[in-house]
Amino acid sequence: MIRFDQVSKRYPGSDEALRGVSFEIAQGELAFVTGHSGAGKSTLLKLMAAIERPSSGTVLIGNQNVSKLRPRIVPYMRRKFGLVFQDHKLLYDRNCFENVALPLYINGVTGQEAAKRIRAALDKVGLLGKEKAMPITLSGGEQQRLAIARAVVSRPSILIADEPTGNLDETYAADIMALFHAFRQVGVTVIIATHDAHGINSIPGKMLHLDHGKLTVS
Amino acid sequence: MKHWINQHTLVWRLVLARICRNKLATLLIWAVIGIALCLPAILYVIIDNVNQLAGEVKNEPQISVFMKLDADKATVANIKSLLEKHSGISNLKFVSKDSAWKAMQDSALTDNIAANLKHNPLPDAFFIQPKAHAPSAIDQLQHELQTLEGVEHVLADADWAKRLYSILELGKKAVWVLSGLLGFALVTIIGNTIRLQILTQREEIEVSKLIGATDGFIRRPFLYAGTLYGLGGSLAALLFVNGIITIFNLSVADLAELYGSSFILALPDWQISLGITACAVALGWLGSYIAVNRSLARLNPH
Repeated sequence: MIRFDQVSKRYPGSDEALRGVSFEIAQGELAFVTGHSGAGKSTLLKLMAAIERPSSGTVLIGNQNVSKLRPRIVPYMRRKFGLVFQDHKLLYDRNCFENVALPLYINGVTGQEAAKRIRAALDKVGLLGKEKAMPITLSGGEQQRLAIARAVVSRPSILIADEPTGNLDETYAADIMALFHAFRQVGVTVIIATHDAHGINSIPGKMLHLDHGKLTVS
Repeated sequence: MKHWINQHTLVWRLVLARICRNKLATLLIWAVIGIALCLPAILYVIIDNVNQLAGEVKNEPQISVFMKLDADKATVANIKSLLEKHSGISNLKFVSKDSAWKAMQDSALTDNIAANLKHNPLPDAFFIQPKAHAPSAIDQLQHELQTLEGVEHVLADADWAKRLYSILELGKKAVWVLSGLLGFALVTIIGNTIRLQILTQREEIEVSKLIGATDGFIRRPFLYAGTLYGLGGSLAALLFVNGIITIFNLSVADLAELYGSSFILALPDWQISLGITACAVALGWLGSYIAVNRSLARLNPH
Protein backbone atom coordinates (compact mmCIF):
# COMPACT_ATOMS: atom_id res chain seq x y z
CA MET A 1 0.00 0.00 0.00
CA ILE A 2 2.64 2.50 1.13
CA ARG A 3 6.31 1.94 0.42
CA PHE A 4 9.26 4.19 1.16
CA ASP A 5 12.52 3.29 -0.52
CA GLN A 6 15.69 5.09 0.61
CA VAL A 7 13.77 8.34 0.98
CA SER A 8 15.62 11.47 1.99
CA LYS A 9 14.20 14.93 2.38
CA ARG A 10 16.21 18.06 2.73
CA TYR A 11 14.59 21.46 3.11
CA PRO A 12 16.50 24.31 1.58
CA GLY A 13 18.84 25.85 4.10
CA SER A 14 18.57 23.13 6.72
CA ASP A 15 19.85 19.71 7.65
CA GLU A 16 18.26 16.57 6.25
CA ALA A 17 14.86 15.98 7.84
CA LEU A 18 14.83 12.34 6.68
CA ARG A 19 17.80 10.17 5.73
CA GLY A 20 17.45 7.00 3.74
CA VAL A 21 14.11 5.95 5.17
CA SER A 22 12.72 2.63 3.92
CA PHE A 23 9.62 0.82 5.15
CA GLU A 24 6.38 -0.67 3.98
CA ILE A 25 2.86 -0.45 5.35
CA ALA A 26 0.34 -3.02 4.15
CA GLN A 27 -3.31 -2.31 3.45
CA GLY A 28 -5.42 -2.28 6.61
CA GLU A 29 -2.39 -1.98 8.85
CA LEU A 30 -2.08 0.48 11.70
CA ALA A 31 1.27 2.19 12.07
CA PHE A 32 2.62 4.61 14.63
CA VAL A 33 5.33 7.04 13.70
CA THR A 34 7.10 8.03 16.90
CA GLY A 35 10.09 10.13 17.83
CA HIS A 36 10.98 13.35 19.59
CA SER A 37 9.79 16.59 18.05
CA GLY A 38 11.87 17.53 15.05
CA ALA A 39 12.71 13.91 14.29
CA GLY A 40 10.95 14.15 10.93
CA LYS A 41 7.52 12.70 11.74
CA SER A 42 5.56 15.47 10.05
CA THR A 43 7.87 15.38 7.04
CA LEU A 44 7.28 11.66 6.70
CA LEU A 45 3.51 12.16 6.71
CA LYS A 46 3.73 15.06 4.26
CA LEU A 47 5.71 12.91 1.84
CA MET A 48 3.00 10.24 2.04
CA ALA A 49 0.23 12.70 1.28
CA ALA A 50 2.14 14.28 -1.62
CA ILE A 51 2.29 17.59 0.21
CA GLU A 52 6.07 17.47 -0.07
CA ARG A 53 8.27 15.73 -2.58
CA PRO A 54 11.31 13.66 -1.57
CA SER A 55 14.78 15.02 -2.34
CA SER A 56 15.84 11.49 -3.23
CA GLY A 57 14.39 7.98 -3.09
CA THR A 58 10.90 6.87 -4.05
CA VAL A 59 7.58 7.05 -2.28
CA LEU A 60 5.06 4.57 -3.63
CA ILE A 61 1.39 4.85 -2.72
CA GLY A 62 -0.67 2.00 -4.19
CA ASN A 63 1.96 1.52 -6.93
CA GLN A 64 2.08 5.18 -7.85
CA ASN A 65 5.34 7.02 -7.53
CA VAL A 66 4.48 10.19 -5.66
CA SER A 67 7.66 12.02 -6.65
CA LYS A 68 6.92 11.50 -10.34
CA LEU A 69 3.28 12.59 -10.19
CA ARG A 70 2.28 15.34 -12.55
CA PRO A 71 0.98 18.36 -10.60
CA ARG A 72 -2.45 17.90 -12.17
CA ILE A 73 -2.78 14.43 -10.70
CA VAL A 74 -1.70 15.39 -7.17
CA PRO A 75 -5.17 16.58 -6.03
CA TYR A 76 -6.74 13.26 -7.06
CA MET A 77 -3.95 11.43 -5.26
CA ARG A 78 -4.63 13.38 -2.08
CA ARG A 79 -8.29 12.40 -2.13
CA LYS A 80 -7.23 8.84 -1.29
CA PHE A 81 -6.12 10.14 2.08
CA GLY A 82 -7.96 11.36 5.11
CA LEU A 83 -5.72 13.90 6.77
CA VAL A 84 -5.85 14.99 10.39
CA PHE A 85 -3.50 17.89 10.90
CA GLN A 86 -1.43 18.77 13.92
CA ASP A 87 -3.24 22.10 14.20
CA HIS A 88 -6.67 20.73 13.14
CA LYS A 89 -6.89 23.28 10.30
CA LEU A 90 -10.60 23.68 10.92
CA LEU A 91 -12.36 26.60 9.27
CA TYR A 92 -13.62 28.84 12.04
CA ASP A 93 -15.97 30.88 9.89
CA ARG A 94 -18.37 27.98 9.34
CA ASN A 95 -20.16 25.45 11.49
CA CYS A 96 -19.28 21.81 12.09
CA PHE A 97 -21.54 20.53 9.34
CA GLU A 98 -19.93 22.80 6.75
CA ASN A 99 -16.44 21.93 7.94
CA VAL A 100 -17.08 18.26 7.39
CA ALA A 101 -18.78 19.02 4.06
CA LEU A 102 -15.63 20.47 2.48
CA PRO A 103 -13.99 17.22 1.27
CA LEU A 104 -17.30 16.05 -0.17
CA TYR A 105 -17.81 19.28 -2.09
CA ILE A 106 -14.29 18.95 -3.43
CA ASN A 107 -15.22 15.46 -4.60
CA GLY A 108 -18.38 16.83 -6.17
CA VAL A 109 -20.77 15.24 -3.68
CA THR A 110 -23.51 17.66 -2.67
CA GLY A 111 -27.11 17.80 -1.54
CA GLN A 112 -28.89 14.94 0.24
CA GLU A 113 -26.15 12.40 -0.40
CA ALA A 114 -23.58 14.73 1.16
CA ALA A 115 -25.80 15.51 4.18
CA LYS A 116 -26.28 11.82 4.84
CA ARG A 117 -22.56 11.12 4.82
CA ILE A 118 -21.71 14.21 6.87
CA ARG A 119 -24.16 13.15 9.60
CA ALA A 120 -22.77 9.60 9.50
CA ALA A 121 -19.23 10.94 9.99
CA LEU A 122 -20.30 13.28 12.79
CA ASP A 123 -22.17 10.43 14.43
CA LYS A 124 -19.07 8.23 14.29
CA VAL A 125 -17.01 10.76 16.24
CA GLY A 126 -19.89 11.55 18.63
CA LEU A 127 -20.63 15.09 17.43
CA LEU A 128 -23.99 14.52 15.79
CA GLY A 129 -25.74 16.89 18.17
CA LYS A 130 -23.31 19.70 17.38
CA GLU A 131 -23.60 20.03 13.60
CA LYS A 132 -24.78 23.65 13.86
CA ALA A 133 -22.13 24.63 16.43
CA MET A 134 -19.16 26.74 15.41
CA PRO A 135 -15.79 24.99 15.90
CA ILE A 136 -14.55 27.72 18.24
CA THR A 137 -17.23 26.78 20.79
CA LEU A 138 -15.99 23.18 20.92
CA SER A 139 -13.48 21.80 23.41
CA GLY A 140 -10.02 20.71 22.24
CA GLY A 141 -11.04 17.07 22.12
CA GLU A 142 -14.20 17.87 20.22
CA GLN A 143 -12.28 19.95 17.71
CA GLN A 144 -9.91 17.04 17.17
CA ARG A 145 -12.86 14.72 16.66
CA LEU A 146 -14.38 17.17 14.20
CA ALA A 147 -11.09 17.15 12.29
CA ILE A 148 -11.26 13.35 12.22
CA ALA A 149 -14.84 13.46 10.97
CA ARG A 150 -13.70 15.70 8.14
CA ALA A 151 -10.84 13.30 7.36
CA VAL A 152 -13.07 10.24 7.13
CA VAL A 153 -16.21 11.67 5.54
CA SER A 154 -15.12 10.87 2.00
CA ARG A 155 -14.26 7.30 3.08
CA PRO A 156 -10.54 7.36 2.33
CA SER A 157 -8.57 4.14 2.22
CA ILE A 158 -5.70 5.71 4.16
CA LEU A 159 -6.06 7.84 7.28
CA ILE A 160 -3.07 9.92 8.29
CA ALA A 161 -3.02 11.79 11.59
CA ASP A 162 -0.28 14.11 12.78
CA GLU A 163 -0.17 14.34 16.60
CA PRO A 164 -3.90 13.77 16.98
CA THR A 165 -3.64 13.61 20.76
CA GLY A 166 -0.98 16.26 21.14
CA ASN A 167 -2.86 18.75 23.27
CA LEU A 168 -5.41 16.48 24.87
CA ASP A 169 -5.65 15.04 28.35
CA GLU A 170 -5.44 11.28 28.79
CA THR A 171 -9.11 10.36 28.68
CA TYR A 172 -9.68 12.36 25.51
CA ALA A 173 -6.50 10.90 24.01
CA ALA A 174 -7.67 7.38 24.75
CA ASP A 175 -11.03 8.19 23.10
CA ILE A 176 -9.33 9.39 19.97
CA MET A 177 -7.01 6.41 19.82
CA ALA A 178 -9.97 4.06 20.21
CA LEU A 179 -11.61 5.88 17.30
CA PHE A 180 -8.59 5.29 15.06
CA HIS A 181 -8.52 1.68 16.11
CA ALA A 182 -12.15 1.36 15.08
CA PHE A 183 -11.35 2.70 11.60
CA ARG A 184 -8.52 0.26 11.30
CA GLN A 185 -10.90 -2.56 12.10
CA VAL A 186 -13.11 -1.70 9.13
CA GLY A 187 -10.12 -1.96 6.79
CA VAL A 188 -8.71 1.54 6.69
CA THR A 189 -4.94 1.90 6.70
CA VAL A 190 -4.15 4.19 9.63
CA ILE A 191 -0.90 6.05 10.19
CA ILE A 192 -0.50 8.12 13.33
CA ALA A 193 2.42 10.32 14.26
CA THR A 194 2.80 10.91 17.96
CA HIS A 195 5.54 11.94 20.32
CA ASP A 196 4.01 10.49 23.48
CA ALA A 197 3.47 6.84 24.29
CA HIS A 198 -0.02 7.30 25.73
CA GLY A 199 -2.51 4.88 24.32
CA ILE A 200 -0.04 3.33 21.94
CA ASN A 201 0.69 0.38 24.14
CA SER A 202 -2.95 -0.59 24.37
CA ILE A 203 -3.33 -0.76 20.59
CA PRO A 204 -1.36 -3.22 18.49
CA GLY A 205 0.37 -1.74 15.49
CA LYS A 206 3.58 -1.32 13.59
CA MET A 207 6.05 1.08 15.18
CA LEU A 208 8.17 3.38 13.04
CA HIS A 209 10.57 5.17 15.31
CA LEU A 210 12.41 8.17 13.91
CA ASP A 211 15.56 9.53 15.45
CA HIS A 212 17.08 12.59 13.76
CA GLY A 213 15.62 11.49 10.45
CA LYS A 214 16.81 7.87 10.77
CA LEU A 215 14.29 5.08 11.00
CA THR A 216 14.17 2.10 13.35
CA VAL A 217 11.31 -0.31 12.70
CA SER A 218 10.07 -2.57 15.46
CA MET B 1 -23.43 16.27 -15.53
CA LYS B 2 -25.46 16.44 -12.33
CA HIS B 3 -22.20 16.67 -10.39
CA TRP B 4 -21.09 19.49 -12.57
CA ILE B 5 -24.33 21.45 -12.17
CA ASN B 6 -24.32 20.79 -8.44
CA GLN B 7 -20.82 22.09 -8.05
CA HIS B 8 -21.49 25.21 -10.07
CA THR B 9 -24.73 26.10 -8.31
CA LEU B 10 -22.90 25.58 -5.03
CA VAL B 11 -20.16 27.98 -6.08
CA TRP B 12 -22.64 30.59 -7.31
CA ARG B 13 -24.50 30.39 -4.03
CA LEU B 14 -21.26 30.79 -2.13
CA VAL B 15 -20.19 33.79 -4.21
CA LEU B 16 -23.59 35.48 -3.96
CA ALA B 17 -23.63 34.90 -0.20
CA ARG B 18 -20.21 36.53 0.09
CA ILE B 19 -21.37 39.50 -1.98
CA CYS B 20 -24.49 39.86 0.15
CA ARG B 21 -22.33 39.80 3.27
CA ASN B 22 -20.20 42.67 1.91
CA LYS B 23 -22.89 44.78 0.27
CA LEU B 24 -21.20 48.13 0.74
CA ALA B 25 -17.78 46.95 -0.42
CA THR B 26 -19.33 45.33 -3.49
CA LEU B 27 -21.28 48.48 -4.36
CA LEU B 28 -18.11 50.55 -4.04
CA ILE B 29 -16.19 48.22 -6.33
CA TRP B 30 -18.99 48.35 -8.86
CA ALA B 31 -18.99 52.15 -8.66
CA VAL B 32 -15.20 52.35 -9.12
CA ILE B 33 -15.32 50.03 -12.13
CA GLY B 34 -18.35 51.90 -13.46
CA ILE B 35 -16.54 55.23 -13.28
CA ALA B 36 -13.41 53.82 -14.87
CA LEU B 37 -15.46 52.39 -17.73
CA CYS B 38 -17.77 55.33 -18.27
CA LEU B 39 -14.98 57.81 -19.06
CA PRO B 40 -13.92 56.25 -22.37
CA ALA B 41 -17.53 55.24 -23.06
CA ILE B 42 -18.77 58.84 -22.83
CA LEU B 43 -15.91 60.09 -24.96
CA TYR B 44 -16.71 57.39 -27.50
CA VAL B 45 -20.40 58.25 -27.57
CA ILE B 46 -19.66 61.95 -28.12
CA ILE B 47 -17.14 61.27 -30.87
CA ASP B 48 -19.45 58.76 -32.48
CA ASN B 49 -22.23 61.33 -32.50
CA VAL B 50 -20.10 64.10 -33.95
CA ASN B 51 -18.83 61.60 -36.49
CA GLN B 52 -22.36 60.90 -37.62
CA LEU B 53 -23.12 64.59 -37.79
CA ALA B 54 -20.04 65.07 -39.95
CA GLY B 55 -21.05 62.09 -42.06
CA GLU B 56 -24.24 63.85 -43.11
CA VAL B 57 -22.21 66.79 -44.35
CA LYS B 58 -19.61 64.67 -46.03
CA ASN B 59 -22.11 62.98 -48.31
CA GLU B 60 -22.47 66.03 -50.55
CA PRO B 61 -19.16 67.77 -50.94
CA GLN B 62 -19.49 70.96 -52.92
CA ILE B 63 -16.99 73.19 -54.58
CA SER B 64 -17.94 76.81 -55.11
CA VAL B 65 -16.10 78.73 -57.80
CA PHE B 66 -16.42 82.52 -57.50
CA MET B 67 -15.47 84.58 -60.51
CA LYS B 68 -13.65 87.89 -60.35
CA LEU B 69 -16.12 90.78 -60.17
CA ASP B 70 -14.70 92.27 -63.37
CA ALA B 71 -14.80 89.02 -65.31
CA ASP B 72 -16.67 89.64 -68.56
CA LYS B 73 -19.36 87.48 -70.09
CA ALA B 74 -16.97 85.83 -72.53
CA THR B 75 -14.62 84.65 -69.78
CA VAL B 76 -17.54 83.29 -67.77
CA ALA B 77 -18.96 81.46 -70.80
CA ASN B 78 -15.52 80.10 -71.56
CA ILE B 79 -15.14 78.68 -68.07
CA LYS B 80 -18.67 77.36 -68.14
CA SER B 81 -18.02 75.31 -71.24
CA LEU B 82 -14.70 74.15 -69.79
CA LEU B 83 -16.36 72.93 -66.59
CA GLU B 84 -19.19 71.25 -68.49
CA LYS B 85 -16.64 69.17 -70.36
CA HIS B 86 -14.55 68.41 -67.24
CA SER B 87 -14.47 64.68 -66.43
CA GLY B 88 -14.23 65.12 -62.66
CA ILE B 89 -17.48 67.02 -62.33
CA SER B 90 -20.82 65.31 -61.98
CA ASN B 91 -23.09 68.30 -61.63
CA LEU B 92 -22.67 71.94 -62.41
CA LYS B 93 -24.88 74.83 -61.47
CA PHE B 94 -24.25 78.35 -62.67
CA VAL B 95 -25.60 81.29 -60.68
CA SER B 96 -25.06 84.57 -62.41
CA LYS B 97 -24.41 87.70 -60.37
CA ASP B 98 -27.81 89.10 -61.43
CA SER B 99 -29.84 86.09 -60.39
CA ALA B 100 -27.94 85.90 -57.07
CA TRP B 101 -28.64 89.56 -56.48
CA LYS B 102 -32.31 89.06 -57.24
CA ALA B 103 -32.48 86.08 -54.90
CA MET B 104 -30.89 88.15 -52.19
CA GLN B 105 -33.39 90.94 -52.62
CA ASP B 106 -36.29 88.48 -52.64
CA SER B 107 -35.20 86.58 -49.60
CA ALA B 108 -36.91 87.69 -46.43
CA LEU B 109 -33.76 87.05 -44.44
CA THR B 110 -31.43 89.23 -46.48
CA ASP B 111 -33.65 91.87 -48.11
CA ASN B 112 -32.68 94.34 -45.38
CA ILE B 113 -29.05 93.96 -46.26
CA ALA B 114 -29.76 94.17 -49.97
CA ALA B 115 -31.80 97.35 -49.54
CA ASN B 116 -28.83 99.05 -47.89
CA LEU B 117 -26.48 98.23 -50.72
CA LYS B 118 -26.26 100.58 -53.65
CA HIS B 119 -25.09 98.08 -56.25
CA ASN B 120 -24.67 94.36 -56.65
CA PRO B 121 -21.61 93.09 -54.70
CA LEU B 122 -22.04 89.51 -55.79
CA PRO B 123 -19.82 87.69 -58.31
CA ASP B 124 -20.83 85.10 -60.86
CA ALA B 125 -20.51 81.70 -59.31
CA PHE B 126 -20.41 78.00 -60.24
CA PHE B 127 -21.48 75.34 -57.79
CA ILE B 128 -19.88 72.04 -58.58
CA GLN B 129 -20.48 68.56 -57.32
CA PRO B 130 -17.35 66.50 -57.93
CA LYS B 131 -17.56 62.87 -58.96
CA ALA B 132 -14.90 61.69 -56.52
CA HIS B 133 -15.63 62.37 -52.86
CA ALA B 134 -12.22 61.59 -51.43
CA PRO B 135 -10.65 64.63 -49.75
CA SER B 136 -7.51 64.33 -51.89
CA ALA B 137 -9.51 64.31 -55.16
CA ILE B 138 -11.48 67.34 -54.04
CA ASP B 139 -8.23 69.01 -53.11
CA GLN B 140 -6.79 68.40 -56.55
CA LEU B 141 -9.87 69.69 -58.33
CA GLN B 142 -9.87 72.77 -56.12
CA HIS B 143 -6.27 73.56 -57.05
CA GLU B 144 -6.95 72.98 -60.71
CA LEU B 145 -9.94 75.35 -60.74
CA GLN B 146 -8.03 77.98 -58.79
CA THR B 147 -5.57 78.35 -61.67
CA LEU B 148 -8.27 79.11 -64.27
CA GLU B 149 -8.34 82.55 -65.82
CA GLY B 150 -10.90 84.90 -64.23
CA VAL B 151 -11.46 82.81 -61.12
CA GLU B 152 -11.23 84.81 -57.90
CA HIS B 153 -11.66 82.12 -55.29
CA VAL B 154 -12.44 78.43 -55.05
CA LEU B 155 -14.05 77.25 -51.88
CA ALA B 156 -14.30 73.55 -51.07
CA ASP B 157 -16.84 72.68 -48.46
CA ALA B 158 -14.72 69.67 -47.69
CA ASP B 159 -12.19 71.91 -45.99
CA TRP B 160 -13.81 72.19 -42.61
CA ALA B 161 -15.08 68.63 -42.83
CA LYS B 162 -11.49 67.53 -43.36
CA ARG B 163 -10.36 69.40 -40.28
CA LEU B 164 -13.23 67.93 -38.32
CA TYR B 165 -12.22 64.48 -39.53
CA SER B 166 -8.67 64.83 -38.38
CA ILE B 167 -9.92 66.02 -34.99
CA LEU B 168 -12.27 63.03 -34.87
CA GLU B 169 -9.40 60.70 -35.78
CA LEU B 170 -7.45 62.14 -32.89
CA GLY B 171 -10.47 61.70 -30.67
CA LYS B 172 -10.81 58.06 -31.67
CA LYS B 173 -7.17 57.47 -30.82
CA ALA B 174 -7.77 59.13 -27.47
CA VAL B 175 -10.66 56.74 -26.85
CA TRP B 176 -8.41 53.76 -27.58
CA VAL B 177 -5.61 55.01 -25.37
CA LEU B 178 -8.00 55.85 -22.56
CA SER B 179 -9.74 52.47 -22.92
CA GLY B 180 -6.41 50.70 -22.81
CA LEU B 181 -5.24 52.53 -19.70
CA LEU B 182 -8.51 52.16 -17.86
CA GLY B 183 -8.82 48.52 -18.94
CA PHE B 184 -5.45 47.94 -17.34
CA ALA B 185 -6.66 49.81 -14.25
CA LEU B 186 -9.73 47.58 -14.21
CA VAL B 187 -7.65 44.40 -14.24
CA THR B 188 -5.58 45.84 -11.40
CA ILE B 189 -8.58 46.94 -9.33
CA ILE B 190 -10.36 43.59 -9.67
CA GLY B 191 -7.15 41.62 -9.26
CA ASN B 192 -6.35 43.50 -6.07
CA THR B 193 -9.84 43.04 -4.68
CA ILE B 194 -9.67 39.33 -5.38
CA ARG B 195 -6.19 39.20 -3.85
CA LEU B 196 -7.57 40.67 -0.62
CA GLN B 197 -10.38 38.12 -0.66
CA ILE B 198 -7.85 35.35 -1.15
CA LEU B 199 -5.93 36.64 1.87
CA THR B 200 -9.02 36.47 4.06
CA GLN B 201 -9.73 32.97 2.78
CA ARG B 202 -6.18 31.72 2.83
CA GLU B 203 -6.92 29.04 5.40
CA GLU B 204 -9.79 27.68 3.40
CA ILE B 205 -7.70 27.58 0.24
CA GLU B 206 -4.83 25.91 2.06
CA VAL B 207 -7.02 23.25 3.66
CA SER B 208 -8.91 22.61 0.42
CA LYS B 209 -5.66 22.21 -1.43
CA LEU B 210 -4.31 19.82 1.21
CA ILE B 211 -7.34 17.57 1.08
CA GLY B 212 -7.35 17.25 -2.66
CA ALA B 213 -9.04 20.25 -4.24
CA THR B 214 -7.95 20.87 -7.82
CA ASP B 215 -6.75 24.33 -8.80
CA GLY B 216 -9.95 24.71 -10.79
CA PHE B 217 -12.06 24.09 -7.72
CA ILE B 218 -10.20 26.73 -5.73
CA ARG B 219 -10.12 29.19 -8.61
CA ARG B 220 -13.80 28.93 -9.46
CA PRO B 221 -15.41 31.06 -6.73
CA PHE B 222 -12.85 33.82 -7.26
CA LEU B 223 -13.27 33.77 -11.02
CA TYR B 224 -17.02 34.02 -10.58
CA ALA B 225 -16.59 36.88 -8.13
CA GLY B 226 -14.26 38.71 -10.53
CA THR B 227 -16.72 38.18 -13.38
CA LEU B 228 -19.55 39.50 -11.23
CA TYR B 229 -17.49 42.57 -10.33
CA GLY B 230 -16.93 43.17 -14.03
CA LEU B 231 -20.61 42.64 -14.84
CA GLY B 232 -21.87 44.87 -12.03
CA GLY B 233 -19.26 47.48 -12.91
CA SER B 234 -20.28 47.53 -16.57
CA LEU B 235 -23.95 47.89 -15.63
CA ALA B 236 -22.98 50.78 -13.35
CA ALA B 237 -21.00 52.28 -16.24
CA LEU B 238 -23.99 52.02 -18.60
CA LEU B 239 -26.16 53.67 -15.94
CA PHE B 240 -23.60 56.48 -15.57
CA VAL B 241 -23.16 56.93 -19.33
CA ASN B 242 -26.88 57.03 -20.06
CA GLY B 243 -27.50 59.36 -17.13
CA ILE B 244 -24.67 61.72 -18.03
CA ILE B 245 -25.55 61.82 -21.75
CA THR B 246 -29.18 62.54 -20.87
CA ILE B 247 -28.08 65.44 -18.67
CA PHE B 248 -25.72 66.66 -21.42
CA ASN B 249 -28.57 66.49 -23.91
CA LEU B 250 -30.55 69.15 -22.06
CA SER B 251 -27.77 71.62 -22.86
CA VAL B 252 -26.91 70.15 -26.25
CA ALA B 253 -30.52 70.61 -27.37
CA ASP B 254 -30.42 74.27 -26.29
CA LEU B 255 -27.14 74.81 -28.09
CA ALA B 256 -28.29 73.02 -31.23
CA GLU B 257 -31.42 75.12 -31.29
CA LEU B 258 -29.28 78.23 -31.49
CA TYR B 259 -27.81 76.78 -34.67
CA GLY B 260 -31.28 75.87 -35.94
CA SER B 261 -30.62 72.18 -35.53
CA SER B 262 -32.42 69.50 -33.61
CA PHE B 263 -29.22 67.58 -32.95
CA ILE B 264 -28.94 65.67 -29.70
CA LEU B 265 -26.42 63.07 -28.57
CA ALA B 266 -27.68 59.57 -29.21
CA LEU B 267 -27.44 57.17 -26.26
CA PRO B 268 -25.13 54.19 -26.79
CA ASP B 269 -26.87 51.47 -28.79
CA TRP B 270 -27.16 47.87 -27.70
CA GLN B 271 -24.01 46.80 -29.53
CA ILE B 272 -21.90 49.33 -27.66
CA SER B 273 -23.61 48.43 -24.38
CA LEU B 274 -22.99 44.76 -25.00
CA GLY B 275 -19.39 45.49 -25.97
CA ILE B 276 -18.75 47.40 -22.75
CA THR B 277 -20.32 44.61 -20.71
CA ALA B 278 -18.37 41.89 -22.49
CA CYS B 279 -15.09 43.78 -22.07
CA ALA B 280 -15.69 44.37 -18.37
CA VAL B 281 -16.64 40.75 -17.75
CA ALA B 282 -13.57 39.51 -19.62
CA LEU B 283 -11.26 41.91 -17.78
CA GLY B 284 -12.81 40.96 -14.43
CA TRP B 285 -12.21 37.31 -15.20
CA LEU B 286 -8.63 38.04 -16.26
CA GLY B 287 -7.88 40.10 -13.16
CA SER B 288 -9.10 37.43 -10.78
CA TYR B 289 -7.42 34.66 -12.78
CA ILE B 290 -4.05 36.37 -12.43
CA ALA B 291 -4.61 37.01 -8.71
CA VAL B 292 -5.66 33.43 -7.90
CA ASN B 293 -2.90 31.85 -9.95
CA ARG B 294 -0.28 33.87 -8.13
CA SER B 295 -1.46 32.64 -4.76
CA LEU B 296 -1.97 29.07 -5.96
CA ALA B 297 1.60 28.91 -7.19
CA ARG B 298 2.74 29.44 -3.60
CA LEU B 299 0.76 26.43 -2.39
CA ASN B 300 2.02 23.85 -4.84
CA PRO B 301 4.33 21.11 -3.53
CA HIS B 302 8.04 21.70 -3.92
